[in-house]
Amino acid sequence: MSITAKNIKKTFGRYTALDGVSLEVPTGKLVALLGPSGSGKTTLLRIIAGLEFADTGSGGIFFDGEDVTQVPAGQRGVGFVFQHYALFRHLTVAENIAFGLKIRRRSERPTKKAIAEKVAELLHLIQLEDLGGRYPVQLSGGQRQRVALARALAIEPKVLLLDEPFGALDAKVRKDLRRWLRRFQDEIGLTTIFVTHDQEEALEIADEVVVMNNARIEQVGAPQEVYDRPTSSFVHRFLGNVNQITLPWGGLIDGSTAHVEDGVAFVRPHDIELVHFSEDRDGEAAVVYDIHAAGPVARVSARREGNNESVEIELPRSQLALLRLVEGDCVLLRARPKHPPVSEYAI
Amino acid sequence: MGLLKKKTVLPGFGLSLGFTLFYLSLIVLIPLSAVFLRTTELSWDEFIAAVFSPRALASYRISFLASLTAALVNAFFGLILAWVLVRYPFPGKRVVDALVDLPFALPTAVAGITLTALFSANGWFGEWLEGTLGLKIAYAEPGIVVALTFIGLPFVVRTLQPVIEELEPELEEASAILGASRWQTLRKIVFPQLVPALLTGFALAFARALGEYGSVVFISGNMPLRTEITPLLIVTKLLQYDYAGATAVASAMLAASFVLLLLINLLQRWSRRYQNAN
Repeated sequence: MSITAKNIKKTFGRYTALDGVSLEVPTGKLVALLGPSGSGKTTLLRIIAGLEFADTGSGGIFFDGEDVTQVPAGQRGVGFVFQHYALFRHLTVAENIAFGLKIRRRSERPTKKAIAEKVAELLHLIQLEDLGGRYPVQLSGGQRQRVALARALAIEPKVLLLDEPFGALDAKVRKDLRRWLRRFQDEIGLTTIFVTHDQEEALEIADEVVVMNNARIEQVGAPQEVYDRPTSSFVHRFLGNVNQITLPWGGLIDGSTAHVEDGVAFVRPHDIELVHFSEDRDGEAAVVYDIHAAGPVARVSARREGNNESVEIELPRSQLALLRLVEGDCVLLRARPKHPPVSEYAI
Repeated sequence: MGLLKKKTVLPGFGLSLGFTLFYLSLIVLIPLSAVFLRTTELSWDEFIAAVFSPRALASYRISFLASLTAALVNAFFGLILAWVLVRYPFPGKRVVDALVDLPFALPTAVAGITLTALFSANGWFGEWLEGTLGLKIAYAEPGIVVALTFIGLPFVVRTLQPVIEELEPELEEASAILGASRWQTLRKIVFPQLVPALLTGFALAFARALGEYGSVVFISGNMPLRTEITPLLIVTKLLQYDYAGATAVASAMLAASFVLLLLINLLQRWSRRYQNAN
């Protein structure tokens, strides 16, 4: 089911959480709402879920073109997963999952047997078959979040909304769980929106990333697209590391990957090429002051000759070895061309 | 006593436990055992006769039934009061909040006299209740319940308030989004979380009501076999220099109260089973 949000406005007192936001989520896609805290992403998700209502004068929320703006949360058919799980502590795992089915009116409620089968099926899906009788306090964070997901899925929602679903988990569990979510979403094709402030998470699993800042949407696009071609300085700064280089800069060439805005060029560390200084080549002169070579890529820090601005460059370790670079070396820097000819890779 | 030998990062366990036991003995156990000691002045037959005399039995019935009723009333209305005080902003909320503690501070005799004045046949409430509806409150059993309800109210409200404040709003949202009605959410999600605190408040109000004397003597009429509560019977015996008889009745009351409070405690532990399932 597709989700449309039209011109959503939301203020809390004098604070504007959403300033006329419109969003289109196609059926079956996994979409990330990405932004710093306070950017309005959670508020947008909660308005889509029906947990919060947009200010009067907003456009509204549509599921498959149908206006659900006035429909209460419980009747929108959404599955919602909270950041801190929000599991019912006094109920067992199985009872938590069955809750949404058990409370239905008698005429709509599945039989006891059908509920038990559904619970078993979901426990199998989240790989917690043996823990149905446990209470939430007896589970780890990752297990709790999977139970929360199963509980949301039990009512067979038409859309799945997740609010910072992995935010409270440690790094390893986080990674496993988000890949699991991606595979799961691929299998059942449920339209899914998840909120995150972690750009790595958004870029890794989303079909489409919606970058939000200051109550507005900055950019919408595939992960590759928003990362490679940010349309604003905010997106540039927020997604991945970036050098902010004050112009004029000798290393700026036409057709480079640099994004220029208000006299500042934004260039990612891996989009800067580095060669030893020589008079007959173009580029910005700089002095290397730090080389950090742990991990798969080497990180070189250099200071521009002109204004002492610091620039970070990332390059493969093999290339660093070929360059025989040492601290104090004088180098030339330039932004990498968008489509470098093969020969450019030769040093 | 594995805990005494086990190494722990929390220092001072031995010292603090020693102090706790010493203090409890000094304040609670020694005075209470004096009660039981005094009863040994009686022979077994005399003891039985004092404890199970018709007048004593009637007083137990009145004391426990009235205390239980008052605690139940307090549990129900205290829950509503605490809920309103925590959940809704309204003008004068602080004043209302402070009013809840008044029964704690008011000398119980003052409460008793005031309530009697209100509920007696020519009082504000009593005139209407007795004159129009024919309900006799003061100088009858309902009067005792009224007095005990008055003094027990703060216990329920004050034990519930922090628990209601701590309730996570997400739980109610999660329930609503799963399709539960407001009533279902209150009954199946909110209420179960309040039960342990509600039981604590109930037990406190009940225990306080059992021991209450000052306010009840004014409103109950104190008719032996009909509206005489056990604490009053004890005082009456004391005034007649029947110390052994008074302590016999007191020890019976103590034993019964202890068993009841223990039961409530077990019930409370059971209602929290999911919290310490590990």
